[in-house]
Amino acid sequence: MTLLELENVTASYGHAQVLHGISFQVGDNDAIGILGANGAGKSTTLRAISGMVQVGGKITFDGTDITGFRPDKVASLGIAHVPEGRGTIGDLTVRDNLRVGAYLRKDKKVADDIELCLDLFPNLRERIGSNASALSGGEQQMLAISRAIMAKPRLILLDEASLGLAPSTAQNVYRAIRRLRTEQGVAMVVVEQNAMLAFSVVDHAIVLETGSTSLAGSRDELMGMDEVRRAYLGG
Amino acid sequence: MEYFIQLVIEGLATGSIYGALALAIVLVNRATGLINFAQGGMAVVSTFVAYALFNAGAPLALAILGAIVFAFVLGAFLERVIVRPFERGDPDTAVVVTIGMFVLLGGIAAFFFGYEPRQFPSFFGLETLNLGGVFVSLRSLGTIVVLAVVVVLLQLLFRGTKLGLAMRAVADNPESAALSGLPVSRLLMIGWGLASVLGVIAGVLVAPQLFVSPGMLDFVLVYALAAAILGGLDSPLGAVVAAWFIGVIENLAGAYIDVIGNDLKIAVPFIVMIVILIVRPQGLFGRKVVVRV
Repeated sequence: MTLLELENVTASYGHAQVLHGISFQVGDNDAIGILGANGAGKSTTLRAISGMVQVGGKITFDGTDITGFRPDKVASLGIAHVPEGRGTIGDLTVRDNLRVGAYLRKDKKVADDIELCLDLFPNLRERIGSNASALSGGEQQMLAISRAIMAKPRLILLDEASLGLAPSTAQNVYRAIRRLRTEQGVAMVVVEQNAMLAFSVVDHAIVLETGSTSLAGSRDELMGMDEVRRAYLGG
Repeated sequence: MEYFIQLVIEGLATGSIYGALALAIVLVNRATGLINFAQGGMAVVSTFVAYALFNAGAPLALAILGAIVFAFVLGAFLERVIVRPFERGDPDTAVVVTIGMFVLLGGIAAFFFGYEPRQFPSFFGLETLNLGGVFVSLRSLGTIVVLAVVVVLLQLLFRGTKLGLAMRAVADNPESAALSGLPVSRLLMIGWGLASVLGVIAGVLVAPQLFVSPGMLDFVLVYALAAAILGGLDSPLGAVVAAWFIGVIENLAGAYIDVIGNDLKIAVPFIVMIVILIVRPQGLFGRKVVVRV
């Protein structure tokens, strides 16, 4: 069943149009990657879904037309967005960040899920009382992802989770993301510059070029294409 | 010695009034990054509501409670209708808007009640206690206790409740907070409402002494701004400590340093403030902004 569908979605910042009609679908328990160079519109696509930019076209989530919804409304429907860079709240401790992630939940399992996040990212356990702003880049990324997990979302939008991280840290982060996929079956839209990391999680991907879809296909199809290998897999 | 203690307690009481308004300024500043000059005007209008309710025959406690409810609604309303369009824009513009609101609210108070100062009863009565030779008015003690209670309640709100956690999150990073589903605009309205309530608390505490008039809080606002800045602008505890400090310094300097006397004593806290800020630009309790890259 289709969980998320974008139909001919456009997006602009003021007068500058950044997306020129993007369409794709994400099924329940499915994961799709968005690849592309800097400025191709990858992050803007996620921001369009979250209601953080002006959008045209149509975005449907679980049968509801969410085009133009405010970010908090989008989140309340079960979409958790891990933004690029600092997706944490610097003045709050690690524990409070996790509690903020669970803000919309009414169930009693929040403490259990904090434990789950700390199991997934053991580094965070040692820093549980520290302010998020005092964490290293990798720890902040782990916290940002954990905050999304705390919302118990049906769909996670993951923006450049490897950006600025040492290769081994990036591998750690992606190992946890894979676990999340396999153990909990959360659907994902994964934006990455590093196609190898993206393909370790997703089954399909689209390639954006200046705000339009230039290629789309399964992992194997895309990895077989010369232009994809050259541009995103280093030969 | 008794005289000294008396001066300190009176100073703490005056400082508590500055402190309530300084807390309001800090609350709004943390939430929106603005200095809200209208805080004084909002407090005056709400204090007039307490006055009007009392004169219409309501018991004093009920009149004050009514004014508190009114203040909350007024704060939320002003944020929603007047300030919101400016929140994401140039902060200088927004500050000028709050100054405009300050003038407007004073004008509204004057339009309905005129400029003649009006008497307002003290919630704590007029008695003075003799504590081993130290004469302290119940009003002073009550004022200090009220502020202490307010500080404790605010701490409980911010540290112990989900609403407080959400307000702290929105104050720090509204865009990120919205992605977790926090209703940012509603939380900002609540923040302004709460700040406005702190203002009216300052208003009714000082009203018996200064009387109720459109300009009653002008001086208090200046001291409250000084306390907020001296405390570090983002620290509620800092604002209160700085307000107490200012109240005490002002009182002691006026009493002990002959040259200063009553006319110049209002300047003393500002001189001290400038000296402290030269040494410690982030204020007493403010944090230096350190960003980890």
